[in-house]
Amino acid sequence: MIAARPEREERVWAELAQIPDPEIPAISVVDLGVIGGVAFEDDRLHVTLLPTFVGCPAIDVMRHEITERLGALDLAGSVVVDVTFDPPWTSDRISQHGRERLRRSGFAPPAPMPSGPVGLIGIDDLVTMPDAVCPYCGSRDTTLENPFGPTLCRAIYHCAACRQPFEQFKRV
Amino acid sequence: MTASPGLAPLEPAARDALAELLLSVADDEFVIGFWDSEWTGIAPMLEEDVATSSIAQDEIGHAKALYELLAELTDDDPDRIAFGREVADYRHAALLNHARGDWAFSVARRYLYETADAVRLTALASSAHSGLAALAGKMRREETYHMLHADAWVRRLADGEARDRFVAALLALWADAQDVFAPLEAGDRLVGEGWLPQPMSELHAAWVARVRPILEPIVGDLAALDPSPDGRRRRTDDFAWLHGEFTRVSGSEEGALW
Repeated sequence: MIAARPEREERVWAELAQIPDPEIPAISVVDLGVIGGVAFEDDRLHVTLLPTFVGCPAIDVMRHEITERLGALDLAGSVVVDVTFDPPWTSDRISQHGRERLRRSGFAPPAPMPSGPVGLIGIDDLVTMPDAVCPYCGSRDTTLENPFGPTLCRAIYHCAACRQPFEQFKRV
Repeated sequence: MTASPGLAPLEPAARDALAELLLSVADDEFVIGFWDSEWTGIAPMLEEDVATSSIAQDEIGHAKALYELLAELTDDDPDRIAFGREVADYRHAALLNHARGDWAFSVARRYLYETADAVRLTALASSAHSGLAALAGKMRREETYHMLHADAWVRRLADGEARDRFVAALLALWADAQDVFAPLEAGDRLVGEGWLPQPMSELHAAWVARVRPILEPIVGDLAALDPSPDGRRRRTDDFAWLHGEFTRVSGSEEGALW
């Protein structure tokens, strides 16, 4: 049984759910899983932000947008966005709703992380990198064209069934 | 970035030790990132143009996060640390002194660096410094893709016409590659505090054991070499040129924002 969130926090989460990811606007920062938590402390509203990638250039854009939008709610004297890598963001943090939104915008959602501690992938594991499901036709007959794409978090695939190139949100 | 909560202010010698470690890793990532970015627009194929640019962005992003951690520790400005030093004050490993060379040379360097960086990051992910451990753990997940890329290219260049160039590059870089594990002045202290969970000599041995079985079938026997004491202090004309490139904007007007 999960206790109901206080109304003030509920409003913060509702507002955050309206803020799009700057690089893939189809998905909100909440569905992307980059919001680690929300807390009121004295007269300050703290939002914990977990970057998808350390060098993601969207971090500052998100920080700015969150500060502006939550500031306008007037729930606290100031809004502080704390960026942290503890816990690390992983692609498993993307919600089911977020995955569906990604798929409908032409992005294959990331495959789930293997269970257990995730170390570096060894040379023998490369062939077992999961293939993506084509977001257009649902085929699994796809090949990884490039693990690097137009942004740090995206890889490029090709679907042999519908001959469509598409992007996958990287498993990380 | 978030500090290590609850960590008492460090006395000067401890702070300097931690700063030396952070700067060595940050400068490695920063300099290889800029060498990688030299391929943007001119890589041998479009996929590689995208890949090297993306990898460069990752590495410079890692450097930025490390410089921020360092700046917090030493009450400095991350941009000043990144762009405001003279050539002699950078502390990257000698491996990263060389210009990008041809594609085989870049692949050889990237493989040597990525494997060394993987060994180092695995150790740092269990650092007693919580901020560094969290960052290293996160960086390691991203570096998996760099390893994948480097591994794939080593396989491709191990055959055919490219092999000669690749072998020549590996042999030319082998000695300087050891210097990713060059001893740090504060090495004992760093290990004692648990900030560097294993001595550099152990990390070096682990790296050699990892790369030998992959590389020796391609290049033949590789000399057993120790990292050199000045492995993070030697600088070259190649690096001086790169330094001129990456400080051009920051040097054009003091305090400029970009």
